[in-house]
Amino acid sequence: MARAIINLPASAKRGEIIEIKALAAHEMETGFRRTQYGAVIPRDIITSFVCTYNGVEIFSADFHPAIAANPYLAFSTIATESGTIACKWTGDNGYSLTESVAISVA
Amino acid sequence: MKTDRKRRTARREFLLAAGGIAAGIALDSAAAPPPARAAASLASAEATQRAMEKITRGKPVNKGKVRLELPELVDNGNAVPLAVRVESPMTPTDYVKAIHVFTQKNPLPEVASFRLGPRAGRASVATRIRLADTQTVTAICELSDGSFWSGSADVVVTIAACLEEL
Repeated sequence: MARAIINLPASAKRGEIIEIKALAAHEMETGFRRTQYGAVIPRDIITSFVCTYNGVEIFSADFHPAIAANPYLAFSTIATESGTIACKWTGDNGYSLTESVAISVA
Repeated sequence: MKTDRKRRTARREFLLAAGGIAAGIALDSAAAPPPARAAASLASAEATQRAMEKITRGKPVNKGKVRLELPELVDNGNAVPLAVRVESPMTPTDYVKAIHVFTQKNPLPEVASFRLGPRAGRASVATRIRLADTQTVTAICELSDGSFWSGSADVVVTIAACLEEL
């Protein structure tokens, strides 16, 4: 199973605004919950997200525990050239995940 | 008479036993750690204010330009769809630099920060957040000219996030 999904149109016209949807599979444990024995469950979340378009950063986000499990993001960018759109999620306990999708711009 | 006394004894025994169980429960809960709800102190309005000031660095925040799209009534606070839209032409000289989202009654005031630029084309971001209580959610955006604008939305939450035990 893919641990991350990036959804965007496979092709676009130059100058068109495209929507990018990115979803990562992650518990996003808040660090505020306890087990039934009272022990705090340590925080384990994705803390940052960066999206690059042919290596240039176009969008980034910082997450706090108030982001729901399996963090979902939808944002937009202007299709400028053919290439790859890559997303990188990093988080607690050395979590790191990268996924990229190709786009062709006419 | 005899049967009556027997019945009474049975009743007394039952009450004693029940009392014992009740006392046992009381002792148990006294010995058990405080419930998660009490431990996870909810962010106060002041904490939210401080978190916002950290972002704005003392600059004034104007009302307007920012629109939050949140359901008015939320069944489950564990995943609440949130969209933030800012009125901006998103040109290289006039664009939204960042959007920050805050809550008032979650354990932490910060929710997320988004950084975008003129390449976004449209100042709009969507995600899913957790809400611990019925409260006001506020978004502050920073424009390229350095000014800050804010918008809020009120949400009623029936099942809260984060505070349940496993």
